[in-house]
Amino acid sequence: MDVRLPIGLLFIGIGLLLVVAGLTTPAAQLKLASTGVNLDLAWGAAMTAFGAGAVLLTRIGRS
Amino acid sequence: MHLGAIDGLILGLYLVVVLLVGWLAARKTKSGTDFFLAGRSIPAWVCGLAFISANLGAQEVIGMGASGAKYGIATAHFYWLGAIPAMVFIGVFMMPFYYGSKARSAPEYLRMRFDEKTRAFNALSFAVMTIIGSGVSMYAMAKLIQTLHVLDAPFAAAGLPQTWIFHAAILASALVVLVYIYMGGLRGAIYNEVLQFFLIVAGFAPLAWFGLKSAGGWEGIKATLGPAYTHAWQGMGDPATNRLGVDGFGLVMGLGFVLSFGYWCTDFLVVQRAMAADSMASARRTPLIAAGFKMFFPFLVIIPGLAALTLTTAAMAPAQAAGPGHVQAAAVIPVKLDSASGKPMLDSAGKPQLDYDLATPNLLIHTFPTGMLGLGLTALLASFMSGMAGNVTAFNTVWTYDLYQAYLKPEASDAHYLAVGRLTTAVGILLSVGAAYMASQFNNIMDLIQLICAFVNAPVFATFLLGMFWKRATGHGAFWGLVLGTAGAALHHGLTLPLGSVPGIKGGWLTVVHTYPSEMAQNFWTAIWAWSLCFGLTIAGSLATRPRAEGELVGLVYSLTPKLDEPGGGWLRNPVVLGAIVLGATLVLNLVFW
Repeated sequence: MDVRLPIGLLFIGIGLLLVVAGLTTPAAQLKLASTGVNLDLAWGAAMTAFGAGAVLLTRIGRS
Repeated sequence: MHLGAIDGLILGLYLVVVLLVGWLAARKTKSGTDFFLAGRSIPAWVCGLAFISANLGAQEVIGMGASGAKYGIATAHFYWLGAIPAMVFIGVFMMPFYYGSKARSAPEYLRMRFDEKTRAFNALSFAVMTIIGSGVSMYAMAKLIQTLHVLDAPFAAAGLPQTWIFHAAILASALVVLVYIYMGGLRGAIYNEVLQFFLIVAGFAPLAWFGLKSAGGWEGIKATLGPAYTHAWQGMGDPATNRLGVDGFGLVMGLGFVLSFGYWCTDFLVVQRAMAADSMASARRTPLIAAGFKMFFPFLVIIPGLAALTLTTAAMAPAQAAGPGHVQAAAVIPVKLDSASGKPMLDSAGKPQLDYDLATPNLLIHTFPTGMLGLGLTALLASFMSGMAGNVTAFNTVWTYDLYQAYLKPEASDAHYLAVGRLTTAVGILLSVGAAYMASQFNNIMDLIQLICAFVNAPVFATFLLGMFWKRATGHGAFWGLVLGTAGAALHHGLTLPLGSVPGIKGGWLTVVHTYPSEMAQNFWTAIWAWSLCFGLTIAGSLATRPRAEGELVGLVYSLTPKLDEPGGGWLRNPVVLGAIVLGATLVLNLVFW
């Protein structure tokens, strides 16, 4: 069993949920004052990319 | 704080994946070796990350943030001084004996090296400590969920009383951990610990970054809080000139040597992760890989506490915040309220006392929007579960092999011990739940039991050290050194008191012959006395008794074991080189934050 697969899938799942949160949450509730960026959108994208990378690594490892 | 639907989905997704990993691991768990030792088949990087996670309970994430707010960056001593050197030492010097002896647990090594009674003493005290450890951690977690009011709305919507939140938090998390360990054993726990490691980093890295940003960066923290909070070593010469209230020698010897090596080099909870590795080379690299990550953890868990204090200080005294950074004032850390009168509690200088335990959780609520809140909460839950699973897997192994097989039913089949291990997992978790409720009922009893654990942990490193590196050490010497060292710790505690405390649970219950400037100083010196006593008495007792034949100690003692061939694959796989790199980098961190 390659543990990178469940980690990758979990990160993609959480990342996409965060992106959805970032796109649907009204700007007033994004707490932009303390962060200055749409944290949901930015960190969601980063987590999705990390998850995709982990899944990709399991593919490369297998071939 | 209100959780949205997306927060709930993130939490739910995490729980599903954790159970799935347990189920995947279960398909490979067919024998006792699979269940208790993960078949000795795990690659080094997986063991290394599990090594960190198993130690990283929710108390650490919350507690280190609280200490960051209370003591400043000097809290990093618990990592750079109190963890990294010991992790390098076990990887380079001790792992060949743990892994090479083929012992299945740390107490079993003591039986092979010394005798039955030394093993029994260590196994019993360790089993009790793990149950209390996971119980206290479970209690802290449930209380935090209650304090943050994250489940108030869902419970109200479902028509359930708010007092059930505490019970639900305990039972739900206990059940999830039970299911994945019951199915997948140590392999299930280790795979999940790696997953939890990444989740903890994903949840806390943005918190540290944006907390730092709103505190005006490191410059803002320095300007608002002053140098006492931003230097790790300055003022360590005298207890009066540093926020920890300890002297430099007590810090280096007590924390940096006795407590740190006592935990990282002998506690089976972490050692078990390395013993699951697929080869000797991997086992030795496990703590070194862990140390490579661990040295950066202060930035992840201490910085949020410091940032929360900076924001709070700026809100309470705006004049102090006039620094080069742009600090946003916000009373993130609440003032402690007297439970009887409801009025703010004041310290001896008449200033309101802050509830530091809420520094990190409240910064999370202050900084994160919905979505990220769900992630932050999931990260907290992940840290709690990884810590609890570490305790539970160590408990079921020590109970099954070192107590049940050793004294209750020696000659049974592997399938029998596997079944006992699974049953023990359930019993262990049930006992932890009991310990959690005990903690919620009797605060002082819990303090007392934790104190006894500290007495047990401090001297044991002397036993392992002499066992591995002095061939003359004997079983009688080791046993009596350990027992009297533990008693010595209790005696020292009974004779000393931290400044400003009343005799009782804090010490001085016999008579007060010495007063320490702080509770931390007393802890460090209790450890130093206990270790020195155990070390000296083990040597004296060994010299007075008959040594074992040298032939029986091959593979168990340094001087009688042939040197290992260095593993192939380049210098980066060499534990000595890796250890030197880790120590060098840690030294640099100490100098930067001097």
